[in-house]
Amino acid sequence: MIVGERKPMEEIEAMIEPFDKIIVLGCRECVTVCSAGGEKEVGILSAALRLSRKQNGREIEIKEFSLERQCDHEYIEQIRSMVPNYQAILSMACGAGVQFVAESYPEIPVLPAINTTFIGVTEEQGYWTERCQACGNCILHLTGGICPIARCSKSLLNGPCGGSSDGKCEVNKEIVCGWQLIIDRLKSLGQLERYEEYIPIKDWSTSRDGGPRKVVREDLRL
Amino acid sequence: MSEDDFEPKIVAFCCHYCAYTAADLAGSMRLQYPPNIRIIRLPCTGKVDVLHLLRAFEDGADGVYVAGCMEGDCHFINGNFRAKKRVQYAKKLLDEIGFGGERLEMFNMSAAMGTRFAEVAKEMVERIKKLGPSPIRGGKTKKDGDAL
Repeated sequence: MIVGERKPMEEIEAMIEPFDKIIVLGCRECVTVCSAGGEKEVGILSAALRLSRKQNGREIEIKEFSLERQCDHEYIEQIRSMVPNYQAILSMACGAGVQFVAESYPEIPVLPAINTTFIGVTEEQGYWTERCQACGNCILHLTGGICPIARCSKSLLNGPCGGSSDGKCEVNKEIVCGWQLIIDRLKSLGQLERYEEYIPIKDWSTSRDGGPRKVVREDLRL
Repeated sequence: MSEDDFEPKIVAFCCHYCAYTAADLAGSMRLQYPPNIRIIRLPCTGKVDVLHLLRAFEDGADGVYVAGCMEGDCHFINGNFRAKKRVQYAKKLLDEIGFGGERLEMFNMSAAMGTRFAEVAKEMVERIKKLGPSPIRGGKTKKDGDAL
């Protein structure tokens, strides 16, 4: 899922400073699971914003609303009738959601309430970690199911580097060396011979180096 | 409004298994404590959510506290620890918006601590009297630069 984190209140307050009537728009997908921008977070942020404004003598009217997803037209359409009554939309979705809502409603400012951090997993309740960088060319079958792009700080394809010590990364002792994980996993799979195979230079054109990406499925298009 | 005239409204989220029963005991013991406390009974403080705490302030509470079992004595094992973390989160949020996190507190007590319940009520009323009315009820915000 896409993991996000609420922006500092100061930043959000500065963003909505010119407005007195806004929609705080949650998303019921990834950001609900990572407790960054779901229905509950919409309630908490709205309550905090109302308190903050009221104490300064300038009340704000907030419509709390959450969509099934903010990355699909059919859900975004659900707010079309309410948008003209507000001055701005404070979206709690990931960057994709914020942009898609903005594209649908060009007449109203759409502001981001969260920072989109990474594609990751819930390791434990309240603890999320990165797993994928969406490079567009998966090599997990070569590396024991552990991604060197996302898990190695240098995204090395033939690691580890000299900065790996006691299974930890030199960038930060709390980071586990991705390549140590790969070697340990290959060992337990009995596939250590794979480690001997040289992985050639990666074609990054499938990643961001190729510019904004798209997927087109003609068989599915209407 | 002087500190003496101001009678704060304080919402106390109390666990059924400890603080709520302690309040009952305080009553049976005929202990006096300020009438500023509005008790909301919870099945466990683990039920309390950041949203409940903020809503209480939004609805005009000058102070809010959560009273749960002694650490290690939660009827549901760790509900009071969860509440403690949520209270911490909400305090930080209130500080961030300049409302003042000290208007919110977490206390621990057992069902046998009727005296402590009355003490906590007095402590909290004194604290909030010093802080003054809620910033949304005409009190000063932390952003006013007022040393509270």
